[in-house]
Amino acid sequence: MTVTEKVADNIAITCRGLKKVFVLRNTRSMKESVVWLLTGRKGDLSRKFDAIKDISLDVVQGETVALLGLNGSGKSTLLKLISGVLQPDGGKVQTRGRVAGLIEVGAGFHHDLSGRDNVYLNGAILGMTEKQIDAMFDSIVEFSEIGEFIDTEVKFYSSGMYLKLAFSIAVHTDPEVFLIDEILAVGDEPFQRKCIKKIKELAAAGKTLFVVSHDLDLVSTVCERGVLLEHGKVVMDGEVHAVVKELRRRSETSEHEL
Amino acid sequence: MTATKSELSTPGSGRGLLDVYSNRFLLKLLVRKEIKVRYRGSVLGLLWSYVKPLMQFMIYFVALGIFLNLQKATPNYAIYLFSGIVLVNFFTETLGNSTRSIVDNRDLIRKIYLPRELFPVSTVLVSAAHFLPQVVILVGASLIVGWTPSVLQLLAAIAAFIIVAILGMGLGLLFGAINVYFRDSENIVDMILMVVTWASPVLYVWTMARDALGPWFIVYQANPMTVAVEIFHWAFWYPTLGANQVGMVELPPHLLTLWLPVSLVVSLAVLFGGQFLFRRLAVHFAQEL
Repeated sequence: MTVTEKVADNIAITCRGLKKVFVLRNTRSMKESVVWLLTGRKGDLSRKFDAIKDISLDVVQGETVALLGLNGSGKSTLLKLISGVLQPDGGKVQTRGRVAGLIEVGAGFHHDLSGRDNVYLNGAILGMTEKQIDAMFDSIVEFSEIGEFIDTEVKFYSSGMYLKLAFSIAVHTDPEVFLIDEILAVGDEPFQRKCIKKIKELAAAGKTLFVVSHDLDLVSTVCERGVLLEHGKVVMDGEVHAVVKELRRRSETSEHEL
Repeated sequence: MTATKSELSTPGSGRGLLDVYSNRFLLKLLVRKEIKVRYRGSVLGLLWSYVKPLMQFMIYFVALGIFLNLQKATPNYAIYLFSGIVLVNFFTETLGNSTRSIVDNRDLIRKIYLPRELFPVSTVLVSAAHFLPQVVILVGASLIVGWTPSVLQLLAAIAAFIIVAILGMGLGLLFGAINVYFRDSENIVDMILMVVTWASPVLYVWTMARDALGPWFIVYQANPMTVAVEIFHWAFWYPTLGANQVGMVELPPHLLTLWLPVSLVVSLAVLFGGQFLFRRLAVHFAQEL
């Protein structure tokens, strides 16, 4: 693979001309497909939707970036492209070091396993080794405030406990790059403050953070840089407060249009 | 904080089955999870893994061995039957579960990048974990009727197991990947699983297939399942026969010298084909699920 552009050594994430098209198939039944073929292929069985149109973006190591935009602007898609869950249809995305997505915490939880088993399973899913989990285990349990319930099956947890444990595992995975999607609203207020404190610690420790959230006040305290997406394009990239202001202005004008 | 020296890499690009090896720890946990969760909330638990094959064995033994009197021409028909059934069960469980494994794990696949091969591979290992205790029963039953195998026969049995594992994994990757796009795949596999017990000499003797098929017998014999089942018969059933009974049975010719390598090659070809297609299709798993 040839790198066309020289990428600086301190780049954590780089996107070049990134494109993602979703094909929305209207039908998948045999009957409808046959009818469509026999009737001379009128109309389209699928619709295309450009979720990401030509995004180029560099994130330096240690930077804290907030990805902002209204619903459907392509934020989550971009995050999934960076984490490797989705593959781009054009352009290139590259990352340096271990990337962990705090994308939808608890995705790897199994309801019939105990909290302890789930810590190991989820830790491994997020890329930790057995030794790392062993070493972190007590710290994970302590942070989650689960205490004695760690050996109870997760299905008996309250939704707050569930999220706390999941978040606690995620922040202990210690990757170089953190992708965070809408999970800052975890648990009750004291726990939320604790999470935000933890995230700020990570940022202070030089971790790269890439945050998607609709909580604008929160992201502007955690992040330094803001990137505003609209219809799959970067429309603004700069200091976070300025970008938040711009987003607020845009959402107000779209309200007026209604 | 030391700067990371690691190179830039493209997220989500895997090396297929090789990645499974580097994620051994996760694989171990996934297998353990499956085994724990399979019989959750049931009183008999893991015992169901024995009850079901035993029931199946009884049905076939009563219907074919006693009613149709196959046990007359085949001495120790019970051992003959059971050694085939355990192997076919291993195959059906592997293929059935790995076909569903991708769709069943859609929550994970949609959110976190993992080498997707982990899921089909873990089902193969789970099936193996359910297969081994059945082999223990088989060995116990064989010993009771005077089983004296040679080392070569034991090695051949292990080879047969490996062939079935490779074949099951290869087909599992293939149908598991297709299942994401077309759920018809599950039903096709269900049909294959119905056929597989009868397409190998599990319930009857291979000479019946030879006499009926004529020149087509080559095709029948090229099926790795047929060869594996025949090897299991040779390893578990044949050594239980007494001197006066050995003359009654006819073994398939060139079983080890020709058919074992052929079935290994066929299984490996299926595995490579399955892995190739799986990698092609895996790119869009997250958005198709």
